[in-house]
Amino acid sequence: MTATIDWYVALSAILFTIGALGVLLRRSAIIVFMCIELMLNSANLLFVAFARSLGDLHGQVLVFFVIVVAAAEVAVGLALIVTIFRTKRSINIDEINLLKG
Amino acid sequence: MTGEQFVFLAVSGLTIVAGILVVTLRNLFHAALAMMLSFLGVAGIYIMLGAGFLAAAQLLIYIGAISILIIFAIMLTRRMMQAQDTPFNSQAGAGLVTAVLSFILLVFVITRLWRNEIFDSPPEVPTAIMNQIVVQLGSDFVSPGAYVIPFIVASMLLLAALIGAVYVAWPQVEDEA
Repeated sequence: MTATIDWYVALSAILFTIGALGVLLRRSAIIVFMCIELMLNSANLLFVAFARSLGDLHGQVLVFFVIVVAAAEVAVGLALIVTIFRTKRSINIDEINLLKG
Repeated sequence: MTGEQFVFLAVSGLTIVAGILVVTLRNLFHAALAMMLSFLGVAGIYIMLGAGFLAAAQLLIYIGAISILIIFAIMLTRRMMQAQDTPFNSQAGAGLVTAVLSFILLVFVITRLWRNEIFDSPPEVPTAIMNQIVVQLGSDFVSPGAYVIPFIVASMLLLAALIGAVYVAWPQVEDEA
């Protein structure tokens, strides 16, 4: 037997959980962004795996759009981080609490 | 164990270990390098799935562009690179519980609720499509019946986001005083 769809689903679930752990646990905003990229990658992985398993190319088309949105997100996000660092001299997410009620 | 399974386990092991390193490494720069390794593993999985063009796009966009952008951001915020008392935030305990619970939920849904008999006997992928994958993708992106509107909207979104990023990061006049 070969590597079936279940293996890819399992890998994607593990990778997504690792990314979620990083987003929820780490203190540096840049690490949070990197872990969001990991989660997007796990979703892309699942798209490609199902596209292969169903013999349908539309999953791969969707992955390109996810990559475009990820690139836009990381560009805007890193610009925000640099701006916040310039004013607060820190990117510790515990200290970024201006919007706290 | 067949060769394909061995390659899958090796590549996915690389991906997962690199992902864990991203979460645990203290040094931001080392974490960024581990993230590039994880992206490389995902590109390997794409190759295993017969999506060679996507693997190339993954290498160019994620490893070539997004990772470099993140490394530039790390260098611009250099003070955070120094070793600190703890790399975790003040709500790490609650975050750990949330992540573990969501993983358990994910495993429950996948193993108990998600099961479509269509995947038990996957359809034979037409080799004609798989051999012409780039041609098919290219014509999908520009044919009016398929994805040309989302394609244009995505390019506009990327342009707007990049202009917005430049505007957000532009030094304010009062900062220089």
